[in-house]
Amino acid sequence: MTDVFLNNKYTGKVSDPEDFVDKVISSRRMGKLSESINIFHHKKTDQIFVEISGGRPIRPLIVVKDGKPLLSERHIAQLQKGGLTWSDLVKQGVIEYLDAAEEENTLVAFSEEELTKEHTHMEITPLDIFGICTSLVPFGSHNHGVRLNQGSKNQKQSIGFYATNFLVRMDMDVNILHYPQVPLIKSIMHDISEYEKHPSGQNVVVAVMSYEGYNMEDAIIINKGSIERGLGRSSYYRPVIAEELRYSGGLIDEISIPDKDVKGYKSEEDYKFLEGDGIISPEAKVEEGHVVIGKVSPPRFLSSLDEYNLTSNVKRESSMTLAHGEHGVVDFVLLTENNEGNKLVQVRLRNMCVPEIGDKFTSRHGQKGVIGLVVPERDMPFSASGVKPDIIFSPHGIPSRMTVSHLMELISGKTAAMAGRFIDATTFSSETEGDIRKELSSLGFRENGTEILYNGHTGKQFKVNIFIGNMYYLKLKHMVANKMHSRARGPIQLLTRQPTEGRAKEGGLRLGEMEKDTFVAHGTSILLKERFDADKTIVPVCESCGVIAIYDARKNRSFCPTCGENVSISNVEISYAFKLLLDELKSLMVYPRMKLKSKY
Amino acid sequence: MADVKKLLKEYEHKLPPSILLDLEKSLPEKITPARLKKIFERVYQEYITSVAEPGEAVGLVCAESIGEPGTQMTLNTFHFAGVSEMNVTTGLPRLIEILDGRKEISTEMMEIYLNDPFNKGKDIKKIAESLKETKFDEFISEASIDIAQLTMEIKLDSRKLEALNFEPEKLIKILQKSVKACSFKLEGDKLIVKMSEKDENINDLYKFKEKIKLVYVHGIKGIRQVLPVKRGEEYLIVTLGSNLKDVFKLEVVDTTRTRTNNIFETNKVLGIEAARAIIIDELYKVIQAQGLNVDIRHIMLVADTMCMGGKVSGINRYGIVKDKSSVLARASFETPIRHIMDSAMMGDRDKLSSVIENVMLNQVVPVGTGLPGLVTKVK
Repeated sequence: MTDVFLNNKYTGKVSDPEDFVDKVISSRRMGKLSESINIFHHKKTDQIFVEISGGRPIRPLIVVKDGKPLLSERHIAQLQKGGLTWSDLVKQGVIEYLDAAEEENTLVAFSEEELTKEHTHMEITPLDIFGICTSLVPFGSHNHGVRLNQGSKNQKQSIGFYATNFLVRMDMDVNILHYPQVPLIKSIMHDISEYEKHPSGQNVVVAVMSYEGYNMEDAIIINKGSIERGLGRSSYYRPVIAEELRYSGGLIDEISIPDKDVKGYKSEEDYKFLEGDGIISPEAKVEEGHVVIGKVSPPRFLSSLDEYNLTSNVKRESSMTLAHGEHGVVDFVLLTENNEGNKLVQVRLRNMCVPEIGDKFTSRHGQKGVIGLVVPERDMPFSASGVKPDIIFSPHGIPSRMTVSHLMELISGKTAAMAGRFIDATTFSSETEGDIRKELSSLGFRENGTEILYNGHTGKQFKVNIFIGNMYYLKLKHMVANKMHSRARGPIQLLTRQPTEGRAKEGGLRLGEMEKDTFVAHGTSILLKERFDADKTIVPVCESCGVIAIYDARKNRSFCPTCGENVSISNVEISYAFKLLLDELKSLMVYPRMKLKSKY
Repeated sequence: MADVKKLLKEYEHKLPPSILLDLEKSLPEKITPARLKKIFERVYQEYITSVAEPGEAVGLVCAESIGEPGTQMTLNTFHFAGVSEMNVTTGLPRLIEILDGRKEISTEMMEIYLNDPFNKGKDIKKIAESLKETKFDEFISEASIDIAQLTMEIKLDSRKLEALNFEPEKLIKILQKSVKACSFKLEGDKLIVKMSEKDENINDLYKFKEKIKLVYVHGIKGIRQVLPVKRGEEYLIVTLGSNLKDVFKLEVVDTTRTRTNNIFETNKVLGIEAARAIIIDELYKVIQAQGLNVDIRHIMLVADTMCMGGKVSGINRYGIVKDKSSVLARASFETPIRHIMDSAMMGDRDKLSSVIENVMLNQVVPVGTGLPGLVTKVK
């Protein structure tokens, strides 16, 4: 007798386990049982597990009987005609879903050629071990698995044509590539996912060589002429949102140009783009500090007493302003209302991003890099036929990473471009390298993809042949313009008087614990002190009780809150953070005293 | 020779005695006085360049020099696959273990060096076997309980007895000593054990059987495995488990070189200087095994710091940090509130004499250029 478990709970016994399992499977294939039911016979312990619970990963396989797949040529013909669908095949029991447990009782063939009598299932395609994005990597079967992951991760960050209705959408933080192209080197997944409808890269000519050392450490050299012709050009869209909020007491925000007597009024210059309704006009070029949507709010703390008080009844300025370092062109203005029925204004800003030094690009093989140098077209190396590369890629990126697919795409891209056709580079079922090389050779090129190139500066022939061809390159959404940051002076935090943190707040770059150690290790104590001077303060200290004294600016003298005026008080330079620590100690009922002594 | 003596005298206060001793040993037999002088000068120059300058932050440099390669260490422990059946903790876990000053370490090991005839391999296997802690169950080849008689029949392993040169009578004597309330009788190679009290039941007898198996019979307590090894020309015994005190009592053991990797045990048996040497040795071994290169002086400084208080204290808040005099320095490293509260109650004073306090107050730290002061008082 074999124990049977349903969803891991004991439910009963069967006398003939083999027969029972067969019956369940055949009922499932006939459609009498749910297609997501799975049965697993654990032969060692002689137990049967039936699973119908949710959350199990299941995957489809073609059923094989007597060494022959149930999916016949007739099925395929019908599928192509559209007379048959996927769910029909599942209903007919041609394709079934297995979970991890039931797979243990099966023998799955990788391809039709290796089918034997023992096989119970066959893969639909070996490609289905990958996700959609990883299937997009061309020639993936020639690579290390890690590179496929990285290649697919990079593709997810690429700028493309994400939606056809992007002009009327109010998306946060999106990019649109201006001249997207369909890749010449395709995988089957490009067709399945209708990639030609939302492409995200461009076919460029890549030369694998060094150039003045500006492409070391994964950097790339880019042709300025190509940029001027629109390579890698993109737009960045970002909304500015304002709504009229309601406050207690029937008060409400008002979207308008603020009056001059409003509290916190900026300069007239800042409001210059606003139209009569307090909203900016489209195509206005805005810089940092400019108001995009003018708004005034009622005073913050309104008590009954204040109603008669004229001075406190002034409204507050609360306009949406461009923060530090922001700029752009107003692209689109939307007026609508929010859930409560209040006025809601959305303004979309646009920035054109022309590739510059520091922008990130990648091929589809995890070979990402930033632009290291933009070279004028006249200085680019050129071939005898006058072809100049758009991108120069460093050969040092290849040996350690072993991305063979990168090199294969380069040769295939050249072949595809010259033959005027797409090349299938689906992982596991791509066109073979030999065929592609032969075709390239028949097109009048060297079959290994190298060409004689000439130095762009001198016109002299390079001593070696350069590997050059066409590749699909993607621009990634990380652009320097949104990341670059520096600070000499700037805002400080209220509590500690130390510099603020982060680019958005124009913050400082922290000199941390380990950086501090380098100064100590070098014995440069005075330099170290200077580096930490950001929050230094001079405080008067009472020498008799050791507590921080008070400086009276009106009388121009200091006094101690406990000892009075007739004590000696000295000014001491300490960090404000330490003064704060002393104050916090006092709040802990600890009495910290400073005993002063002349350093000299 | 007279020249050497003269020069040694001359450099007596310039160079430390250990260097002078090394130098004297390694000088060639025949040498001209001029070259001899040159050698001494060169050694002195080398020594001077190696000396830390006043105000150099040796502690911090030491911490960074050990800490940085430490980040490169992976957690994987090396296995001596097949060679010695021993699986020793090395790498980062061992490094942390030593620096934390843990009392209980994961793999205790000893290297037992032997006195003259034995270190050439004489009776090495026998000595090794006699060191190993042996319990009674190793002498048993079969044990059964006679329910009717309420006795236990134990068949002794004659090979084991022979290997340890044990008579069954001797075994009985040892057993009798540690297990009371029963009698032993020898019948051939069988040992009949009878409980002396009449009202014992089978359950108790069964428990007794398990208990008697664990009776210590022979060897040195704590030594779980022994392994004779040949290192160079010499034979020594590597053991798993450690008992320095009892091993030293054996006459065949060379007590001057025998060592354990247990720092606390070394401290207890041989004193703090030996513990310091073991710390240096063990740390250096771990770092070397990982293929890293750290100057031994950094490690020596760590060991010195750990043993400074006359006892072994770890590099953590229960060890050397606890002994810092500065409240602020202690508070800046883990559990600040406790340190501040305790110091407030005791009315502690912080003299602001080290680095971290002065960084907190934004004052010049007393290392490097911040160290020297004015001799003349400014009025």
